[in-house]
Amino acid sequence: MTARPTMNVLLTGVGGQGVVLASFVLSHVAMSEGYDVKQSEVHGMAQRGGSVTSHFRFGDKVWSPLVPEGTADLLMAFEALEGLRYVHWLKPGGVLVYNALRINPSPVSAGLASYPDDVDGLIRAAWPNTKCVNANELAAKAGTVKAANVAMLGAISSTLPFALGTWEEVIRKAVPPKTVEVNLEAFRLGAAGASTSDTDCSTR
Amino acid sequence: MTSKTQTAEAVEILSGNEAIARGAWEAGVRLAAAYPGTPSTEILESMVDYEGVYCEWSPNEKVAMEVGVGASMAGGRALVCMKHVGLNVAADPFFSSSYVGVEAGLVVVSADDPGMHSSQDEQDNRNYAKFARVPVLEPSDSGEAKEFMVAAYDLSERFDTPVLFRTTTRTSHSKSLVTMGERVETAPVAAVRRDWTKYLMMPQNAIVRHQVVEQRVLDMAEYAETCPFNRVEMGDTRVGIITSGAIYGYVREALPDASYLKLGMIFPLPAKLIADFRAKVDKLYVVEELDPFLEEAIRLMGIKVDGGKELNSLEGELNARLVAQSLARAGLPGVNPDLLGDLGPQATDLPGRPPTFCPGCSHRGLFVVLKKLRVYVSGDIGCYTMGALPPYNAVHCSTCMGASISMAHGMAKVLEPPAEDAKPDLRKKIVGVIGDSTFFHSGITSLMDVAYNGGKTLSIIADNSTTAMTGGQENPGTGKTLLGEPSAVVDIPALCAALGIKRVTTIDPYDMAETERVLREELAADEASVVIAKAPCVLQFKIRKPVYQVVSELCIGCKRCLQAGCGALNLYTDADDDLKVEISATECAGCGICSQLCRQDAIVRPVSAEGEGS
Repeated sequence: MTARPTMNVLLTGVGGQGVVLASFVLSHVAMSEGYDVKQSEVHGMAQRGGSVTSHFRFGDKVWSPLVPEGTADLLMAFEALEGLRYVHWLKPGGVLVYNALRINPSPVSAGLASYPDDVDGLIRAAWPNTKCVNANELAAKAGTVKAANVAMLGAISSTLPFALGTWEEVIRKAVPPKTVEVNLEAFRLGAAGASTSDTDCSTR
Repeated sequence: MTSKTQTAEAVEILSGNEAIARGAWEAGVRLAAAYPGTPSTEILESMVDYEGVYCEWSPNEKVAMEVGVGASMAGGRALVCMKHVGLNVAADPFFSSSYVGVEAGLVVVSADDPGMHSSQDEQDNRNYAKFARVPVLEPSDSGEAKEFMVAAYDLSERFDTPVLFRTTTRTSHSKSLVTMGERVETAPVAAVRRDWTKYLMMPQNAIVRHQVVEQRVLDMAEYAETCPFNRVEMGDTRVGIITSGAIYGYVREALPDASYLKLGMIFPLPAKLIADFRAKVDKLYVVEELDPFLEEAIRLMGIKVDGGKELNSLEGELNARLVAQSLARAGLPGVNPDLLGDLGPQATDLPGRPPTFCPGCSHRGLFVVLKKLRVYVSGDIGCYTMGALPPYNAVHCSTCMGASISMAHGMAKVLEPPAEDAKPDLRKKIVGVIGDSTFFHSGITSLMDVAYNGGKTLSIIADNSTTAMTGGQENPGTGKTLLGEPSAVVDIPALCAALGIKRVTTIDPYDMAETERVLREELAADEASVVIAKAPCVLQFKIRKPVYQVVSELCIGCKRCLQAGCGALNLYTDADDDLKVEISATECAGCGICSQLCRQDAIVRPVSAEGEGS
């Protein structure tokens, strides 16, 4: 059996978007499928509306929890600007999947800076191998916008070598019991909704 | 997802902090004490779910350390946890605990924060080891964190010493696979054994104990030679690497085929093992984050080191790419080429996304008013430190926990007093701002100093009834303990009065007019005063009031509301090319600060929501 190389995923977003729960699901899916797993995130001050990242790696043997710059197989951005900010983390051939959502950073809210006009265009110019998804809309359609993080997992699911059944099994255990069906529906809508022809990727 | 007391042999994904709690539980720990601090907080938050361990948030790290020393002295295995700067606070009992040793095992976790993700400095607490003469274990991942923690208690009891257990943000907050074990049942504590020559540190006893401590270091150095956590992994003998902690993983990725001496016990060091390893390799490199702690010790042994701290930085976090680049620059063979490539396009000129107050946060109104009053604000450590950031720019210094009030006092004492005939200038008064948990931590003695020594500062206690920055932990003002039990509540106004402060006022920081009125009055007072800005944390207590909306016809785009710096507000250009503000209904928590700032009455609550408001 050939060794399975380490796969690198960087998750980026804004504090409060559920990046930590998404990382939790990814880690448990990979573990369930027999991989070694390392994952890293930062708590504390960054969580107060700041830019957050989470590193997730799996393979036969993973030495360290950090995805080095320029080596990500997948960049999973829960907010558009936070996708653009971390484009250089991708390795040649890597995939960027971003949520076509705008959340104003505090300097923008204070009128001290402006949010880029055409984030979608800037992202695609920087990284052509990009898909977008309206995770918040899809989650709302499934029942609650709070499941946007799970819709994002659906959107990236086809880029990772995990079985659908494993995803569902882990999501069932990871979310509050009353929200299992809503989350599974968000996952399915996310999987179907990444860059379909009618996806509107504008953030405003 | 799973029960905390599940059977041995199961494999789980745990963070380093969760693994530390698991390891301590398996080691039969009976007491765990801590003060919350990133990146250490989750250790006790995880520990509390295990049965058979008394857990508490102590008011500060010094108290937590003393509670742990007491438990250990009484014969119960104890765990004490803190962030790196917490060990500065706990240093006094920590150093003495080295002299008295232990009755039952005592482990002190220091979670360091290289890169300062959530800290005011990045001190390398490995240095405390040599200073206090205590052994240090440093795990590389969660699996080792659990394994080392179990062993740390045996080490503590075998050598009659507290053990310093050093993690960093990347070991504490990274997750990896851990194999569960069973709990060792330790004998219950029936009575405290009396041994005053060992446990009472007056000079005649301490002189003897110091001899014991120095001999103990020699004995532990001997043990380090065979400690299973100091591991030689021979590969290509052209390059030998000595490293420890999270850095081990980075170097393994950067230089996959080299030979390694991976140290798990980093003080005292195994001199013979290191010399033997040196003899087996052509060149020896020491790779470590922050200080050249290992390198200096190895060089002092007279062992030749071909490369160390000059290859990387004294500052910040390392990662595999930085390590690879530094080793490639040094001309080492076999560096992983994937880590040396040029990076793709990097977006520049993007607006930053610093942390900020949550929508609805009670601190917002306070700092908008403080900015308006243009006073000098001596700040402290907590969410409210963010009052220093734009658009508030209303906190002007912050150094360490509890310093706000005492630093304000020192400033006021050296400020030139106003001339007799000068008009009163409120801006000349120094203001201290401190949160409730930080006040309990180490602000009380500062306020006592102000009262005792005739200070005239204004101290604002921003009381949101939780330890917010670290995620909402209980504290002596919340009426609840870590174990979820009801508790005594500190009466802050009565406490201030008891310290000797005559002017104590409680305000609602959401009422900006009243806040301004009271602050002006207290700034004008010719004696010390305390203002308690009391409003619960909206994040912790999930407070959402009916949202506000902008009546766009009334909005003139003056941006006055943006002084609130609230993420729910968005400036946009409408179809007529006019600047307008809108409010995100999903973000708005209904605090009304922006509405109070608006002079056009353009920010209102929809009529249908009236009556549900505060």
